[in-house]
Amino acid sequence: MIHTGGAAAKLQAAGGVRSLSFDKTSPLQLQSGETLAPLTIAFETYGALNHDRTNAVLVCHALAGDQFVASPNPVTGRPAWWPRIVGPGRPIDTNRFFVVCANTLGGSMGSTGPGSIAPDGQPYGLRLPAITIGDTMRAQAMLVEALGIESLFLVIGPGLGGMQALNWASAYPRRVFACATVAAAAKQSAQNIAFAELGRQAIMADPDWRNGAYLTHGVRPTRGVGVARTAAQIAGLSASEVRARCDGARSKERFGFTVENDSGLARPNQAGYVDRFDANSYLYLSRAMDGFDLASDFGGRLSNAFQSAATRHGVFAFSSDWRYPVEESREIARALIGAGAEASYIEIESDNGHDAYLGEEPAFEAALTGFIDAAATARGLALQAGAR
Amino acid sequence: MAQLELVHPAPVERTGLQPRADHDVIAQIVADGARVLDVGCGDGALMRMLIKECSASVRGLDIDPAKVHRCVSRGLSVVQGDAERDLEQFPSAAFDYIIFSHALMKLHDPAAVLRTAARVGERVIVSINNAGHWRPRLRMIFQGKLARWTDDAPCTVRDFAGLARDMRMSVERAVPISRGHTGAPFARTLWRANWFAEQAVFVLAP
Repeated sequence: MIHTGGAAAKLQAAGGVRSLSFDKTSPLQLQSGETLAPLTIAFETYGALNHDRTNAVLVCHALAGDQFVASPNPVTGRPAWWPRIVGPGRPIDTNRFFVVCANTLGGSMGSTGPGSIAPDGQPYGLRLPAITIGDTMRAQAMLVEALGIESLFLVIGPGLGGMQALNWASAYPRRVFACATVAAAAKQSAQNIAFAELGRQAIMADPDWRNGAYLTHGVRPTRGVGVARTAAQIAGLSASEVRARCDGARSKERFGFTVENDSGLARPNQAGYVDRFDANSYLYLSRAMDGFDLASDFGGRLSNAFQSAATRHGVFAFSSDWRYPVEESREIARALIGAGAEASYIEIESDNGHDAYLGEEPAFEAALTGFIDAAATARGLALQAGAR
Repeated sequence: MAQLELVHPAPVERTGLQPRADHDVIAQIVADGARVLDVGCGDGALMRMLIKECSASVRGLDIDPAKVHRCVSRGLSVVQGDAERDLEQFPSAAFDYIIFSHALMKLHDPAAVLRTAARVGERVIVSINNAGHWRPRLRMIFQGKLARWTDDAPCTVRDFAGLARDMRMSVERAVPISRGHTGAPFARTLWRANWFAEQAVFVLAP
């Protein structure tokens, strides 16, 4: 099933985490000018690649996600993060498509990140060069090429993953047949940068952070990560949910407002966040997101980013999302229109805020299914053909 | 003054719901393989007709999320947006036809949108309900009531021809529709069409 096209790539599997390692002969050129080698990209796949290699789907995970999009994480035991969207009979049907999901560069689930061991035998920590969304995309591209996939049928992602998906469609329009952006933006908003800065300050203020070298000291800045998590969690809720929790806490005790202790509304997808998520990964990835502004690479005009217009786009936004409000998705839709791209844009009515994409949203699933099925028909992928 | 051309469509095979009369006419006008933008595409009935019968490359724009949702779920490329703000985002001459099927008169400023449409498309196709038909006229005179069968701003065939003239757009073709079919009694001149056409489809060239 795996076609390791790149001679330098070596397939590994340890503790249920599969990864491809690229040695010094194929370094990743970072936007900062530095190079990263050796490089490891951890990934998971579902379904089978067809004979023509035309049914590959790349799912890009969000900031707090991992490569286990449709199966439980063997390290943390956390359930699949997008089971409603990826799986047999789901909108991204694994009977039909070959689904690849990679742990992002800078992540903490097997891919090269600040927690990885540097060539000198010590964890990178803050010695890892700064990375950008473009760098994470090029790392994904190295994996996709190594798997023998020349062109992807679909690139899809929420939040951070949506930024990566947009970047794919912009950088490799001929290699991406369809692109679905879910609850994301083409530029990180000032509000998100502020929330991320709050999280970063909390991590760096934690005495256990040890200037980023906590792994060598055998400690973890769990309190700082907890605050960062709360900041991200609040932004993922809808305004009405935040208000409801605040009201609930006020009726109980005077200084009792905490999001995480509110078991009534706790979300299963965020269980185990502190243990699992590496503090330095949060620093690196949140910085990468803060610096994301796709238009700035194209003279400040976002529609220039999609000039070749070869890719079909679906842009999905949720009405109560205040992390990536509908206006930001609307900007993407306008830019795609301006580029003459074949695009669909839809705002889904939901009370569940940014995290709506994880939950039960029949309207979202129906629209996404329609978008994917139409694109599959245009690509010549027969309905329910399965793998050959 | 616009010349009216009577179009006699070949019988169209109909499955499911009866298509709207103006859709039939528009599908006859649109050339095979054309690039089409359906502004106010609703649930996408016309879009699907144009894809099926004209093999057209069709995109849609609609302001109603529920309708856009139905379109996208059926695999149509539709952007949820406001024609008054979003049409101007499209690049010039991006389409062969911009279609307003009973959509133009729902807008606040039809003239401004029409001007933008003329930039974005080579041709603009507009269908309207004719408020000048004898039935609404008589109802107005004898009952003092406006027509209830339309939710767009009232517009007559002569009103629209005048709007096109004021905007220096030529009417390439105008097709009267009555009783759900192409043509209307006596509708050989604009004056008569204004009395006897229930609807009209205009093809404008900038």
